[in-house]
Amino acid sequence: MMISEKPSTTTDGHLAGHDARPSVGRKFTRAVIQAPLSAQIALLVVMFYLFVIVFAPLLAPYGEAAVVGDAYAPWGGEFWLGTDSLGRDILSRMIYAARNTVGITFIATVLAFVIGSSLGMVAAVTGGWVDQTLSRLVDILMAIPLLIFALLLLMIFGGSVISLVLIIASLESTRVFRLTRAVAMDVAVMEYVEAARLRGENMLWIVRREILPNILAPLTAEFGLRFCFIFLLVSSLSFLGLGLQPPTASWGAMVRENVMLITFGSITPLLPAAAIAILTIAVNLIVDWFLNKTSGFSK
Amino acid sequence: MNKLLLTVAKRLGLGLFTLLVISLIIFLAVDMLPGDIATEILGQMATPDAVAAIRAELGLNLPIHERYLDWLGGLVQGDLGNSLATDRPVASLIGDRLMNTLYLAGLAALISVPLALGLGVLAALYRNTLVDRVVSVSSLAAISMPEFFIAYVLILFISVQLGWLPSLSKVDADQPWLDRIQLMILPAITLTFVTCAHMMRMTRATIINLLSSPYIEMARLKGLGPWRVIVRHTLPNAWAPIVNVVVMNIAYLITGVVVVEVVFVYPGLGQLMVDSVAKRDLPVVQAASLIFAATYILFNLIADVVSIVSNPKLLHPK
Repeated sequence: MMISEKPSTTTDGHLAGHDARPSVGRKFTRAVIQAPLSAQIALLVVMFYLFVIVFAPLLAPYGEAAVVGDAYAPWGGEFWLGTDSLGRDILSRMIYAARNTVGITFIATVLAFVIGSSLGMVAAVTGGWVDQTLSRLVDILMAIPLLIFALLLLMIFGGSVISLVLIIASLESTRVFRLTRAVAMDVAVMEYVEAARLRGENMLWIVRREILPNILAPLTAEFGLRFCFIFLLVSSLSFLGLGLQPPTASWGAMVRENVMLITFGSITPLLPAAAIAILTIAVNLIVDWFLNKTSGFSK
Repeated sequence: MNKLLLTVAKRLGLGLFTLLVISLIIFLAVDMLPGDIATEILGQMATPDAVAAIRAELGLNLPIHERYLDWLGGLVQGDLGNSLATDRPVASLIGDRLMNTLYLAGLAALISVPLALGLGVLAALYRNTLVDRVVSVSSLAAISMPEFFIAYVLILFISVQLGWLPSLSKVDADQPWLDRIQLMILPAITLTFVTCAHMMRMTRATIINLLSSPYIEMARLKGLGPWRVIVRHTLPNAWAPIVNVVVMNIAYLITGVVVVEVVFVYPGLGQLMVDSVAKRDLPVVQAASLIFAATYILFNLIADVVSIVSNPKLLHPK
């Protein structure tokens, strides 16, 4: 559906040399300048988040879990955003939470893609019983609501960071599998794939050299969307008290920790939630722009 | 007609099979726990004798397939075992809460479905105008926000600052209907935000797609007004995909209630499940996951059957 025309290929299906094209950096700069305002703002927002994530220890005035003052200090003065119930600086925790929450989400998303897309491509290229087994398995796993399945597995394997990442990655990989298989199927029936098969190339070569380059656009868009889903899932789990365990700061858990303040009309507990919402909206806007762009290129 | 029945029956059979496999997955998942329920009940310090006694009492010494069949047999008869935390039968814990969850999901569906369809038609009718832009952008924003964000914003403004509605939704069965509905409004609005966007986008896309077909142009050329074209000519053909997406969103609603129930302390199945996960109350979590999965599958099945039944190729076989 969203596959753009395959890049210019020579007769035997190899990608034409990259050297003829303008450099990636230049292409990207030009694309950004031409992008709609919403996408430009979204890119700025994402860059700001990245900046905070990279320089978290330098930016945060206090330590992640350090008790530095009285409980529930008001905004302003020494603590810009006040302190929480234990007297920890909320701004510092917000900054460290960016690292923790986005970091875990990113790792889980990458892992979900490594598992989901490689199995999806293998299923599409191999076909037969491999495809049938994998697809039926994924159908059944997808019939269980994701949050419920995650809760069940978290109870069983405990809430350590590793099990959290592995559980989320394996559950989300079923979604990636389904999309990858669908788009890879369309490519797998092309003549140049047939030609590669007849040449005697092995499956891995076909997946890597013929299938992957041609489904990169929809996969990239899916990566953005999946990132949003996983981000919201990680946040929800942390909010429910089942994600990252204290004293590690995460935005979802911070909402829960400070929720008392809402009854006094303070918006402090909403800040971490807003941080989640803003990043998700920004990524969604970038994905929208990317989808428009890649589908615009197809003839 | 026969072919239609056969397709529907096949789909139902597949759904039942899926449910069976899922019950097996849920059963095995709990079985994979390091240690077992006996140590779970008694704690790590228990004497081997006590553990052995509990194991015998719970039938944990039986081979795994017998235990699964036992569990499944109990399930079918409404016996879900006893809660580890309270020692009460799981069925009695879950019963009321399941009804509460269904009421909440039902109320949310009652608000969000008409709203989504209305906005979708409106956006399609005035597409590429300001109305459409506003509806599209706000629906994107609604999809991108965590449920608890929407919920707490509503609590902050509507209950704390304006004082119109309570921020906690502790309903119980003795309250009169009207009071209960009043308590359920905020959670229902939160859920509406979450599900409305998807349904609205789908309605808009479906209708815009149909509006470009020749018979619609014909209707326009006859001189019909835009509303009449939509209501009399477009909607009848758009029902199948729209109903499909509506039913799928209701399925989502029933599991999406988990976070919202926790925020509003609404005594539903989702809140019970989250509490039980924290307490590691295995039988309750098992039963709750199975009920959530079954409802989810049931609604997806309905969506499938609706799209099969409304497919003219199957309704009028050659």
